[in-house]
Amino acid sequence: MLRDRTAIVGIGQTRFAKHLEESEKALACRAVLAALDDAGIEPHEVDALASYTMEETDEVELAKAIGAGDVTFFSRIGFGGGGSCATVAHLAMAVATGQAEVGVAWRSRKRGSGRRPWTNTAQQLPTPAQWTRPFGLLRPADEIGMLARRYMHEYGATRDHLFNVALACRNRANQNPDAIMYERPLTREMYMDARWISEPLCLYDNCLETDGALACVVVSAERARDCRRRPVYVHSAAQGLPAQHHGMVNYWNDDPLTGPAWTAARQLWKTAEFGPEDVDVAQIYDAFTPLIPLSLEGYGFCGRGEGAAFTEGGALESGGRLPINTGGGGLSEGYVHGFNLINEGVKQLRGISTAQVPDAATCLVTAGEGVPTSALLLRV
Amino acid sequence: MDTMTAEGLLLPWPDDDGEPFWEHARSGELRIQACAECGRLRFPPRPCCPQCGSFDDEWRLMSGRGRLWSYVIAHPPLLPAYAERAPYPVALVELEEDPRIRLVGTLTNSVRRPGAPWNAVPPGRLRIGAPVQAVFQAVTPEVTVVRWALCNG
Repeated sequence: MLRDRTAIVGIGQTRFAKHLEESEKALACRAVLAALDDAGIEPHEVDALASYTMEETDEVELAKAIGAGDVTFFSRIGFGGGGSCATVAHLAMAVATGQAEVGVAWRSRKRGSGRRPWTNTAQQLPTPAQWTRPFGLLRPADEIGMLARRYMHEYGATRDHLFNVALACRNRANQNPDAIMYERPLTREMYMDARWISEPLCLYDNCLETDGALACVVVSAERARDCRRRPVYVHSAAQGLPAQHHGMVNYWNDDPLTGPAWTAARQLWKTAEFGPEDVDVAQIYDAFTPLIPLSLEGYGFCGRGEGAAFTEGGALESGGRLPINTGGGGLSEGYVHGFNLINEGVKQLRGISTAQVPDAATCLVTAGEGVPTSALLLRV
Repeated sequence: MDTMTAEGLLLPWPDDDGEPFWEHARSGELRIQACAECGRLRFPPRPCCPQCGSFDDEWRLMSGRGRLWSYVIAHPPLLPAYAERAPYPVALVELEEDPRIRLVGTLTNSVRRPGAPWNAVPPGRLRIGAPVQAVFQAVTPEVTVVRWALCNG
């Protein structure tokens, strides 16, 4: 079993901005070298690499630029932001099984200054896009908006519930000088008056468009004890592709509102020594606000249909029942395919978050919901 | 093969499994792939049956009746031809024959108006559960798409 046999011992990131001058490759190298420096590990010791299939800087380019040694494990995870936590999971498995000793996971993306992926019509037409895109369901916001409308209809969720999510993330970003929305408070009036993107989703239900890169370093628990930072153990890790799931357009099964989070959660909790009630803080993938109530249900923080009500009464805020996305998340810190959620989870368990949950000892981190996903339970 | 209409709307780009759907649509028929062995309908089309594993299939004629399962109203930023039509509703319709088969499409206000503008149905008239009927619009000489007429619309 993977339980606590590996740890994240280094984290690194670049600045986040709408536009950064440097290339994605240069940003990737900066984030990786910063993470190795944080860990106190020399680049030539790196022998395992993991990233997303959408990552543009490949293993060859990264390894030779940072001065990695002989690399004996490398892995890519598909499905966009669904792969974030799986990068760490794959490294943890490689290290725990002796395939490698020092693993680096990273994501570098110029989503702020680059083109929006959905405008690339050459890539959007094959399956299953032939069934959706020609009819104007062009963007991820439209695809998730469809599920959000149904969710609101079935369970009485309202825009105020979605606002609760957006506000919690924005409030944490207002405490985080590295967040893009650090100096930009959000009010209910701003939210309710915002322009629509895909009704029922407005501007503030959508994540940011960000340039930036992040990385982290995974080693064995034994080695972690000799590193310069407090080890953050990978307690449990899971991927999830449910039966008859269809990705962002999960419209063709019995229950489209039960997504990959449910599958990942079952595996995650099966191999964990604690349950949802023991999670001190959570970093939940927030490309769109409705993913939070859906994920709260999937990961077992509440029952089916109760995710929206869970957000009431400041539950997601500091001091609430389950503080989430304490760096601001994809909605308000920066959207780097969820990798900032992993690093923020590490910061919480080191006790250095800008919105620190007192004595946080356990953290759930999730990857994109609505696509084949992954999740991590971290602990100290 | 064209990837867009003259107005700049994306055309479906069928894969091998999806091609029969579009051929039937050109004939004005809504047909869904079904297993020739166990009879289960499946969508999107695929090479074999996830229930029994058979590679034998048939394309079963649907009534075209369905209900609105959900919808969004898309606003810019969008591709240019779509931005010109925005805001427009997009429907997700569950078919009468099997509510797990849900088709995405634009809406029209009458079965007699398959070519109605995308915004022909005012958003205030949309209700989840509302009955709809498939209509067929030839968007190019080669490509016909299925749209959904709001019944009593």
